[in-house]
Parts: sequence; structure tokens; C-alpha cells
Amino acid sequence: MKTALRIAISVAALTLFPAQGQTLEKIKAEGVITLGYRDAASPFSYLDDKQTPIGYSMDICHKIANAVKAELKMPALKVNLNPVTPATRIPLIANGTVDLECGVSTNNADRQRLVAFSPTMFVATGRLMTKKALPLESMADLKGKSVASPSGSANIKMVMEQNNAKQLGINVAPTQDLPEAFLMVETGRAAAFATDDVMLYTMIANAKTPADYVVSKFSYSVDPYGIILRKGDPAFKKVVDDAFIQLVKSGEIEKMYAKWFMAPIPPKGINLNMPMSANLKRALTKPTDSPDPKDYE
Amino acid sequence: MFENFDFNVIERSWEYLFFTGMTFTLQLTLYAMVGGIVLGTLLAIARLSSFKLLSSVAGAYVNLIRALPLILVIFWFYFLVPYIGQWMTGASQPMKVGAFASCLITFIMFEACYYCEIMRAGIQSISLGQVSAGYALGLNYWQLMAHVVLPQAFRNMLPLLLTQTIILFQDVSLVYVLSMPDFLGAASKVARRDSRLVEMYLFVAVVYFIMAYTLSSGVKYLQARTAVIR
Amino acid sequence: MNYQWNWRVFLEANPEGTGTFLTSLMSGLGWTVVTALCAWVIALMLGVVVGVLRTTPHPWVVRLGNIYVELFRNVPLLVQMLLWYFVLPELLPVNMGDALKQMPDSPFYTAVVCLAFYTSVRIAEQVKAGILALPRGQAMAGRAMGLTLAQTYRYVLLPQAMRIIMPPLTSDFLNTFKNTSVALTIGLMELTARTRAMESHTFQVFEAFAAATLIYIVLNITVVQLMQLLERKLAVPGLISAGTQGAGH
Repeated sequence: MKTALRIAISVAALTLFPAQGQTLEKIKAEGVITLGYRDAASPFSYLDDKQTPIGYSMDICHKIANAVKAELKMPALKVNLNPVTPATRIPLIANGTVDLECGVSTNNADRQRLVAFSPTMFVATGRLMTKKALPLESMADLKGKSVASPSGSANIKMVMEQNNAKQLGINVAPTQDLPEAFLMVETGRAAAFATDDVMLYTMIANAKTPADYVVSKFSYSVDPYGIILRKGDPAFKKVVDDAFIQLVKSGEIEKMYAKWFMAPIPPKGINLNMPMSANLKRALTKPTDSPDPKDYE
Repeated sequence: MFENFDFNVIERSWEYLFFTGMTFTLQLTLYAMVGGIVLGTLLAIARLSSFKLLSSVAGAYVNLIRALPLILVIFWFYFLVPYIGQWMTGASQPMKVGAFASCLITFIMFEACYYCEIMRAGIQSISLGQVSAGYALGLNYWQLMAHVVLPQAFRNMLPLLLTQTIILFQDVSLVYVLSMPDFLGAASKVARRDSRLVEMYLFVAVVYFIMAYTLSSGVKYLQARTAVIR
Repeated sequence: MNYQWNWRVFLEANPEGTGTFLTSLMSGLGWTVVTALCAWVIALMLGVVVGVLRTTPHPWVVRLGNIYVELFRNVPLLVQMLLWYFVLPELLPVNMGDALKQMPDSPFYTAVVCLAFYTSVRIAEQVKAGILALPRGQAMAGRAMGLTLAQTYRYVLLPQAMRIIMPPLTSDFLNTFKNTSVALTIGLMELTARTRAMESHTFQVFEAFAAATLIYIVLNITVVQLMQLLERKLAVPGLISAGTQGAGH
């Protein structure tokens, strides 16, 4: 009981010291900006053979970091890299470990309660991957089966919502990150893998036997991706937004896109051959961080 | 049974596995052992002190941590340490703590409780005669502790302390849940990337077995060599 | 950045549709308790057998017991869990492996088996220590009275040894409850897994973990009280229990 009281007091004490500082000041004071990366979310943010994080999101983030350097007039600003997973990305932004999360994070209204997003850099749709023997016409085909998806992702929430709404009796298996979920389908422990189409295509392309897998024709969500940053920090958000708009104006974003989606990429030199979708072209003409999927259709 | 398994994957990723993974594991084990024993000894002294407040606070902390699974404690500290740092330093922002540092703090705080119990038993096993003699010679409490009690306690408890360190070495594998690149984490990454789960996990088990068995045989040998004849 | 406290989050509906977050935490607790109990029962049976084997006068049998103990003691629990779940089905013939993989609740069965073997080693160690702590005269007297080796163990040695080792066994029992949390890596939705799921959906990190901590503390206290009650009920007056204070976890 004494212990419980102790805990209660320290926890209450924490609330007396709310964090009000701003990101730019923190970066200036520490001389370091920390980018969060995913270790296996190709081609957005993943580790290459030398264990360096690379990818479309990483390139965008590095450009934003350069903008921060210019803004703070600190050309020697150190850029640190910290791994994140879908379940840890938001708490790590909140507790200050990471300043910018550069991965595959869906921008939605739920998350905007706690964090802010950069303008949308990609528009994906949520789909299901299964083995060839089990093509899916709709979510109902998974009645009574198990679906794997990373814990904390927007996809797993979607699948659960649909499961409850339509009473499908699906067994949702949360995993730590994308490769584990793919593995569940590969080894036959789960019938389907729920994540965004671009991740599915990339993972299938890099798999041992790509021909064994098929992606569902139907989708269950529209997912605009953004870089996550702390909420309630207008100065930092302005730097991020301006940097992004600059990338669009100068045409650099198209070059980056082509580099990762229409050319051979590490580790296997596979070319995804995914031209920019009409949704994304539209989103880039008027950069927005809107969480509403309807704005992207 | 082993026909379609490709054990060459181990050869190809040897460097990453050992120079990144095993180094992480061993570094974390070593630093946590030192930190844990230091903090554990302090906690043991606190628990045995005659200041009621000190001994009950230390006791409450040790009992609290021992009631929790290590995985839960790992998550707690991973998210909590920056806020604690902010609170302690009175900063305006949560303190930035790197991944390794966060794990290290976790393991030190966790293992200290177990080292504390070992040291407490060790200190209590020192005969009262030693303490009385020390006071009779004019030593104060801290001198007594530093020069008489603790050295003997350490020597008596060395096998148990080392055994606990071997347990710590194995427990470090739990940072897997934070996707940290310790030995198991590194092997898992390679396993997932190349779809070679069976080979990698078997390899990890064999390496851990060899290392832990060697270490615990070493401890047994040490125990036999340094057994104090009373 | 302000951390938004929200203690009412426990009453919000959980995304699995089975009730509130409190419900899902309780369901996690349920899985923790059931897994731990099942594993413990099997571990007790295995552990006593192995512990006994290691104290018999037959060197080969002792060696077998030692190999068993060393095998499960030197590999971390997490690695063992991953081996049972991912590697075993691949090493078995294809149809057996697939049957294992398709089994409903396979994480539960895997976790129980893995924990049972892991804990049985600790129990075997305690049993061996307990038997060896008995005066040698006990075994000799048993044989002198005409009891076979098995009968000596059954009626003379084990009842005394088990009572001696009840305190360290309590600590092993508690460890079993804590070790069930490792099964979250293979998908068992026990208490820690449910806490993480709650945290990843609501981002209320502190509330979720505080609840889990509280539940584990209560579980701990309950188990300790129960075991102490058991110890008192089973105590044989006059039998001095040599109470070895185990310090490891």
C-alpha cells in the first residue's frame, strides 16, 4: 500500500510539470535533431545492407533537417537516428526521444488529437494480402480466419472495426511490425496480412517466392502518409511545411518519388514501377495535412 | 529433416550478428552488472539501516520491481525515462534519452533489486563478531562497511552475484520487444529479411547455450577454488 | 508537449468490440493466470521427476537429468519460446507441422509447454537441493526397513523435501506468472500484451501501464498469501524447515 501511495504521488507530481517547451528551442539547446526510422518499411524507411536507414520518407526528412539547420543557423547540427515501430512512434514523439518520425504513418483525425503531421507525401489504400490459394472478394471471405497486422497501425484498427461491425469472427493477430505479419502468412499461421497496398507490393516483390501471394482487389481505407511531429508547436510546423512546399515547388519531390518508386532500389535492385497516382498528384499540387480521406479522392 | 535449410545465411551475416548484435548484448550486460551491483549494494545497506523511512522506502521499491515482469518494466522505462529526466532536472521538455541508455537504465534499476537481495543475505551472513570488533577498534559505520563488512560479503556472495549476472545476460534478449539490435534482435532481422527463421533461431540458441554453459561452469570452478574453509 | 491524462480511458470501448479496455485487461489477466497455472502443474510433475532422477544412485540416470537441466537453463526463455513456436513446426513432417500451425489458440499451448519445460528445470534444482538437504540417515533407514528405492522417495524423502523447499518454490511459482509475459512475442494476449495493445490504440501510456503494474502487484500479493497458507496447512510440527532463502529470480 505504501508503494502504491508512492507511485501515486510521483505520478501526480509529473502532472505538475507540464512540458511547454518548443521543439526548435530543444533542438538548438541540444545541438541534435532526432529522426525516427522504420527498419523494414520499404521503400519509405528501411535498413540497407550497411544498416543505414534509407528510403523516400528518409530523403524527405533529411531535407527537412537541412531546413531546420538553415532556420537555426546551425550548419553543424547533428542528425541522430532512432528506430521506431508502429506502436512506439507516437509515444516516442510525445516523450521527446524523436523529433520527426519518418516512416509510413497514416494521417487521420484520431492521431491528430495527439500529434501533428507534415503535408501528405503519399496516398495509399489499405488492402489485404493472402496466399494465392485464398483470393478474397471482400472482407467477409475471412470469416473465422486470422488476420495479421502490426500493432498500433491504422490498418489493424480498420480490420477490427469492420470485424465488429459485420460480426465476422475474424481472429486479429497483432504483430510487432510488418515483416512479422508477412511471416505469419508465409508460414501459414495467418490467412491474411492487412496493411497498405504499397507496402504489400514491395514486400511481395522482395519475398522468396513472389508468385505465391496475391493482393486483394478491394480496399478498405484511404491512407494519406505524413511525417509525424509534435503538436502545439507552430514554429516548428512552419519550418516543416515550408520545407515540404519548397520540395514541391522545385520539383524535387518528383525526383525523389521516381528514385524510390520507378527505379531499382536496394537491397535486391527491384523496380516497383509505380507511377504517381492521380490522388497523390492532386495532393501535391495543393500540399495539405488534412486527415480526411475524402480530400484525397 | 534439414534438407531445405540454408545454414550459409549465418556465414553471410556473421559480422552483423557478432559485431553489432553480440557487442550490444555484452555491453549492456557488463554495464548493467556494474550499475546493478553498485545500486543493489546501496539498496541492501538502505534496507538494513536503522532509519525506518529509508529501509521501508528501499524495501518497497525492491518488492515493487520484483513483483513485475521484466518485459513490463522494459516498456515502462522506455516511455517513462524522458519524463523522469525532465522532472528531475526541472527542464521544460522531456529529456531525450537514446535507446541504449534507456535499456541500460531499465536493466540497472531492475537487476539492482535482485543484486540487493543477494547482498543483503551476504551482509547479514557476516558474523556479529566482525561488526563488534570493528566498532571496538573505533571505526565508524561507513568505514566498517567499506573495509570490513562489504569485502567479506562480496567474496562470500561472488558465486551468487555471478550467477545472477548470467541470468542478466540471458534477460538482455528481452530487448527484442523494442526491436533493439542485440544478438537475438540482430538474428531476427536477418531471419525475417532472408526468411531463414529456423536456421537463425537455432543458431542463436546454440550460441547462448555455449556462452551461458561456459560462464556457469566457470562460476562453479570459481566456487570450488575459493571455498573458504571455516 | 503536454501529456494528456485521461483516467476515464479504461471505460472507453476497446477496438476488439468485446467491451471496455478494463474488460480487455481482465481478459489478459485471465490468460496470464490460466497459462501460468497449467504450466506450473506440468512443471511440478516434470521437475519432481527430474530432481529425483538427479539424486538416484545410478550415474547414467543422473547424467541424463543433468543434460536436461543444462539444456533448458542456458538458453533464454524468449529464445526457447521462439524455438517452440516458429522452429518446431518447420522441423516436423509437413502435415504435423501444418496441424500445429492451424490449431486455434496455438500461442497458448506453445506458451504452456515452453514455460512448463523452463520452470521444471528450476523445480528440479530445488527438489534436488531439498533431497540433498535431508540427513543421509533418512534414505538409509528407508532402505533398511525394506522399502524399494521408489518407495523410499515416495514415502520418506519427497514429503520432507517438498516441505523444506516450499519458500523457494513460491518464488518460482511467482516467476511463472511473470514469465507468461514473454509469450506476448508469440501472440498470446496475456496481461502485458493487452496493456501494450491498449497503449497502442489510445496512446495513454501511463494509465495503461499503471493499471498493469497494479494488477501484477495484487496478483503477487495474492499468490504469496495463498502459498503461505498452504505452507501452514502442510507443516509437520517438529520438522524444522531448513528454509533456503533463494535470491535469484
